[in-house]
Amino acid sequence: MEKIRALIVDDSSVMRKIVERSLRQAGIDLAQVREAGNGAEALAILGDGSVDLILCDINMPVMDGLEFVRPLQAMDAAKRAPVMMITTEGSESHVVQALSLGARGYLRKPFTPDQVKEHVIPVLEK
Amino acid sequence: MNSASEVSVSAQGRESWLPLLQRAATEVFEIMLGTKLEPVTEMSPLPASEITAMVGLAGQLCGVLTLRCGFATAALMASKMRGVEPQQADPQLWDATGEICNMIAGNFKNKLTGLSDRCMLSVPTVISGDDDTFHSLADAGTIEIVMTFETHPIVIALEVHS
Repeated sequence: MEKIRALIVDDSSVMRKIVERSLRQAGIDLAQVREAGNGAEALAILGDGSVDLILCDINMPVMDGLEFVRPLQAMDAAKRAPVMMITTEGSESHVVQALSLGARGYLRKPFTPDQVKEHVIPVLEK
Repeated sequence: MNSASEVSVSAQGRESWLPLLQRAATEVFEIMLGTKLEPVTEMSPLPASEITAMVGLAGQLCGVLTLRCGFATAALMASKMRGVEPQQADPQLWDATGEICNMIAGNFKNKLTGLSDRCMLSVPTVISGDDDTFHSLADAGTIEIVMTFETHPIVIALEVHS
């Protein structure tokens, strides 16, 4: 698998580091990791350059994960990075909404590196 | 399968929540911190809580989940999450404690059949200092567990609104 440029969106800096560590433990080779504390910061980062994978928390202040995913649909499909939602809620309606807005999958906190591998690698291989 | 309407906040129902809360907390510490929480077998006076993390629950289950511990305990949690030494984890102490509380709340509600979609969590709030008094508007009782994290006591409580 090629080296991946990842964007990790979570209002918790500790969780962003855990997600990054879990990606590496899952065997995903990271060329670059960019971090955002909410959806608005993530959109600004995407306006500044592309990434290969986005992992995004749902429940965040300023702009939550669902609001963040919505405008991504308008982007050129070839340039659009797959989005994996990360949720503590486990709410089915949130997950269904995220998937309907174009997210490719979701991870529920707490998650193991094996679960990251199981859910993220198939998305990257598509 | 139980429907959401069967989620009960009666005193009897809350008794069955204790092991679920314990399991929810244990899983979060094992998976995210790689540490096993141990139940407290001998109740001795708890040291003053210096950090309190709170996550609100709203919907079919209303209330507040709190996690209370000392500064040293919170620093140890943050260090385990970040993979750094405890003295280097100080800036992340509040963030880590809030996130653990958030994950315990989410994991707990997901263990209550039918509740996951009918109960929303707030973003966490963390307060520090040992001279505060916590006043919840909960009027349907509290369930509380005390466990040790690497010999440090932590108190996790769910205050329930009717």
